[in-house]
Formats: sequence, structure tokens, C-alpha cells
Amino acid sequence: MVEFPEMIDIPLAKAIDAGMEWLLTHLDGFFDAIGFVILQVVNAFEAVFLFLPWFILIPLVGLAGWKLVGKWKSGIVFMLLLILIGSFGYWELAMRTLALVIASVFFSLLMGIPLGIQMARSDRTQSILQPILDAMQTMPSFVYLIPALMFFGMGKVPAMFATIIYAVPPVIRLTNVGIRTVDREAVEASQAFGATPRQVLFDVQLPLAKPSIMVGVNQTTMMALAMVVMGSMIGAKGLGMEVLIAISRIEVGQGFEAGLSIVILAIIIDRITHSFSEKK
Amino acid sequence: MAERNIRNQPSEDLPVRKDEPQVLIKDLWKVFGRDPKRVLKSDLREKSKEEIQKKTGCILGMKNINLSIKKGQFYILMGLSGSGKSTLIRNIIRLVNPTAGSVIINGQNVTKMSGEQLLQFRRKTFGMVFQHYGLLPHLTVLDNAAYGLKVRDVPKGERYAKAMRTLETVGLKGWEDYYPGSLSGGMQQRVGLARALANDPEILLMDEPFSGLDPLIRRQMQDELVELQEKLQKTIIFVTHDLHEALKLGDRIAIMRNGEVVQEGTPEEIVTQPADEYVQEFVQDASPAKVLTAGSIMEPAKVLLYAWEGPKTALTLLLSNKRKAAFVVDKNHKLLGVAKDESLAKLLDKGEYIEKIPQSSIRTVPTVSENTILEDMFSIITHNPYPVPVVNDDGRLMGVVTTDQIFESITPAEGDENG
Repeated sequence: MVEFPEMIDIPLAKAIDAGMEWLLTHLDGFFDAIGFVILQVVNAFEAVFLFLPWFILIPLVGLAGWKLVGKWKSGIVFMLLLILIGSFGYWELAMRTLALVIASVFFSLLMGIPLGIQMARSDRTQSILQPILDAMQTMPSFVYLIPALMFFGMGKVPAMFATIIYAVPPVIRLTNVGIRTVDREAVEASQAFGATPRQVLFDVQLPLAKPSIMVGVNQTTMMALAMVVMGSMIGAKGLGMEVLIAISRIEVGQGFEAGLSIVILAIIIDRITHSFSEKK
Repeated sequence: MAERNIRNQPSEDLPVRKDEPQVLIKDLWKVFGRDPKRVLKSDLREKSKEEIQKKTGCILGMKNINLSIKKGQFYILMGLSGSGKSTLIRNIIRLVNPTAGSVIINGQNVTKMSGEQLLQFRRKTFGMVFQHYGLLPHLTVLDNAAYGLKVRDVPKGERYAKAMRTLETVGLKGWEDYYPGSLSGGMQQRVGLARALANDPEILLMDEPFSGLDPLIRRQMQDELVELQEKLQKTIIFVTHDLHEALKLGDRIAIMRNGEVVQEGTPEEIVTQPADEYVQEFVQDASPAKVLTAGSIMEPAKVLLYAWEGPKTALTLLLSNKRKAAFVVDKNHKLLGVAKDESLAKLLDKGEYIEKIPQSSIRTVPTVSENTILEDMFSIITHNPYPVPVVNDDGRLMGVVTTDQIFESITPAEGDENG
């Protein structure tokens, strides 16, 4: 094997470490503020899901399954699956995980949809964002668990931060694609009547791009759920932590129960959010 | 800045007289690609579309277009795909911005307008109809028709009242609560037309509005548009690639090729005097019978009888001209009908003195107006042995058209046989 010449040495790692150092010393207050906002939101969601008793939430999900997915059978299946989670003894942890997922999705959409719109409006923004999004999706997620930990300490906040970074690309991409593929004549018609860019966006582009945006929401939600499990490694309570504990104790059965509960949440969330993208 | 303000005064201050052009297009260029201005600055501007593309990678959309469109005119932009006709209509409303040149509408330079001015100008001046309708699938037919008014912040009640009226005009009453997706193509385009008319625009822009419809529906929509235009008298700029449509609808036609206007004129001029081989090819299968009018080929009547003349005088006149019959007019030159030598002779046989040709000896005949196209005269000449009289609105005899003249003018000129 021919060795790569040692004299070519770009010290990226050192630079990034130095950058992190700088950020931590100079922007500490900024990260504290962000962390505070994230924490408030996730706590609010958690409060709601922990407050709702199981005998109200299960029928609500059943109803959503029936009305949104369109088949009463789906509603029944959803209810049975949730009862299964309860029977494993994971109801509370499942609710914490759910709150974490929904709060992460909330922030992802808050950032992702406006960014997607901006990306659709300008080719330059698109060419800048495209590689960043690729990196966010392909970078092994552990890589940003560590800086998240450094910025926000242990707990829910860094887990959510990492989750948002991991889960936001699909909704940005699909908002962008959805708006760019809206019928050109519908946009032109709106413009021809003297619509402002804002009117074009809200009257034509967003409604017509809605199915595509909803696919993005669906994918973002699924990725958030996958990441929340990883997030338990840095201290987010929930089903993921249970999996982690089971693995460390080599308790296969318990690990399987916790894992199955995550799968059940995933299936229900997927079917319900997917139904939005199919409806007109 | 000051100059710009003067130029862009509201149109109320600059009323357009009927004979003045409402839309004036001056030296308009569009080049797509990187740094398009460099093409115009260099000597490349004289080169063809292919050469410009080869040398610079830029695509020439429109080359030095100059057109003048009068108020109330039905103006056709015709050409094959890629000829620049759709680009041109989009430049007029600045859905596409020209590279150079100007579009002046009602005396205002549209190309110089700022964003807000342009929005206001579009709102009050234009209605536009698209090839694939451009409707909003998530809104009902009524909301679609009212969309242009919604953009202008017209209150809901007034908006719907106006939209209902235009929906009625286009024959869609009763469909207002449906969604466009459940309508046929022809009906969707009616919604598009209603939407464009709801604003009561001065200028209607139509980009191949009927190209996506099947032939029967297309013809029907064309007929209805002609009828509607008779009532509304809008300025219509209409893009098509269909020559028959152009000839049927247009007051004037501009034929485009590779971004240039190769000929501009009335349908008759285009068909009878094609400017070059391209236009010639375009029009060769166009029947002159659909274009030429009675007024354009009529000749003065050679023999005329006057109602106050006696039968004897009339008969003498016919005999000396070796005619069997002639048209009779009154002292205002109004056509009364045709008198035959037999019936005149019969009157004289009775031996009575008759002062003037009696009504009973005059037979009425079918007449046409100067605007009647030759095709519509075929049924008259097959049932009628006389030349066809051409009369104006007051019934005055303007000229006559003989069967020979009709066939002569619809037969292709010599030299065409090779081409």
C-alpha cells in the first residue's frame, strides 16, 4: 500500500474543536436561552400527555384512526396496539417519548417549512442548502450527540437538539420540491391577476404543495422517533432508555418489549400523518 | 425619477382614443441564459437563433418585435412551438421580463414599472386565460372565478355576485359549487374565461386557450368567444398554433418564427399575400373561402334598373345589354330585387301604359353583406341563378358577386402547383 503523504495535513479536527471552545465561552448565554425555550415546549407537551389518562387517550387515537385513516378497522387496531404498550408497563415512558417526538417535530416544522419555502424561491438558497441537508442526513448521529451534550448538558434538551437536526431535512426538501413542482400556469394565473408574492404563496403554492409537504412531515416524524431512541443515550427519559438498560443487562425479553412499543408508536404516527398527505 | 413618474401616470389621465394603439410593442428582445445583454450589445444581434445559441449558449426567445394593437382588436399571435409567441404574451404582462425594448399600454411603459406599480397595473388592466386552465384545484368553481377579485380585496359579497354573473355569461350557471377536477376540459376553460372576465379587464390575454380541447368543443368555444367579443369589445391578444383558429377569430394576425415576426396583417392579407415560404407553407392548406369576403371580390353591377323607369325602358336596357334579368334599385340605391325580361315583356303584352316597374314583377333575392366570407355564399349560389348582390346595413346595393368570381378567387393562383 502506498501511504498518503503526511505533509498534506489539513487540521480540520483542531479547527472545529477550537470553534466549539469559542462558541462555548462566548455564546453560552445564547445556548442557555435556546435550551430554556426547548425545555419549556417539551415540558408542556409532556404535561399534556401525562395528564391525559389512558382511558381517554386510547379512544381518541382510535377515533383518529377511524376518521383520518378512513377505516374503522384501523381505529380498532390502533387501540389494541396501545393497550399492548400499557400491558408491557410502558405507558408513562411511551407518553414521554411521544411528547419528545411531537415537540421535536414542532420545532422541525417551525424551522423546516419556512426554510423550504425560501429554498423554493431562490436557486441560490437551494444550492447552498442542498449539501448542508445531505450532510445532516448522512452524518452518523452520534457525531452531533456530543456537541449537543456540550452545549446543553445531559437530559431532554440535547436529545431534542440532535433530533431536530437529524429530522428536519425531509420537511425542508419536500416543501421545496412541492412548491417547485406546483402547476406553473396556476402560479402564473395568480401573478397575472396582480397577486403579491405573499398571495401567490398562500393562495396557490402552499395549498397545491400540501400533499408533498405532508409527506415531508410524515418522514420528519418518523426520523424524529428513530432519533429520540438515540437521544436516551444522553439522558432523555423514555422508551429508548429502557432499550438501553435492557441491552446493558442483556435482558432480551425486556429489550424486545420496549422495542416493540417504539414500533407501535411509529406505526400509529406514520398512518395518521400519512393520511394528511393523501387527502385533498 | 421625475421622468418615470410622468411616464407612469394613471391611465385615467391619458385616455386612449379609438384609433390610437392600446398596446404598443417597441424593439422587444428576450434572450434566455447567462448575461443576455451581451448578445444584444455585440454584432450577434444580427445573427440567427441557432448561431447565437452555438456561440453563447443563450437562447433567443424574441428578436426585435414591433407590434401595435388597437383598442377592441382581436389580435392573434401565431406560430409553431418555440416561435416565441408564448414568450411574447408573457412579456406583455411581465410574467417574463424582456431583455430590451418596451411595452407601452395605454401610454404607460409597462417595462419600466416597479413591483408595486406593476401589481396594481395587472389588477386593473389584464385578464389572462391559460392553455391548461391554471385553475386552483382546492377552490370551488365560484371561488376560482372570483379569484382575481379576491386578489384585489373586493369584499366577499360583491366578489361572488360578480363571479356569478360571469359564470352565467360563460354558461356555467349551476356549477359554482363543484371543484374544477370534476369538470370536463371545455368546462374548466370556461371557468378560466369567467375568472379572466370577472375583473372586467381592458385587455384579455389568451395563451392557446383552446389547444387542449377536442375539436368539436374547440369549435364551439371559438364560436362563443366570437359572440362574446361582439358584446364585450375587449382588446384580445390570442396565442395559437392553429391557422384555422387564427383566421376564424382574428382581426389581425402576427405570424412568428424563431422569435421573429415574419408577417403581420389581416387574415386576408396573410392568406392571399404570404410574405415568405414559411408563411406560404403555413397557409397553403387554408381555404381562401374561409378568409375572402364578398366585399373584397365584388364588382359594380353592370346593368341596373331603376324602380321609377317604365317596363319598356327596362326591357330595352336588358336587350341592348343581352341580359335576361337585372337588379332593381330605388332612388336611394336600395336593392328591391331582380326583374326578368319575361315578366317585363308580359306586362307590355297587356298593352296598358305602365309608368314604372310594378312591385309584382320584382322578385326578391338573397343578399349578403360585405363581411360575408365566400364559404357562406356557396349555399346561395347553388340555389340561385343570379349573381349575389352585396348590400350594406341600410340595404343599399354595393356590388355583385358572380359564381365565376367566387370560383376564380378560391382557386390557387398559378405557380402554386409546384409548391
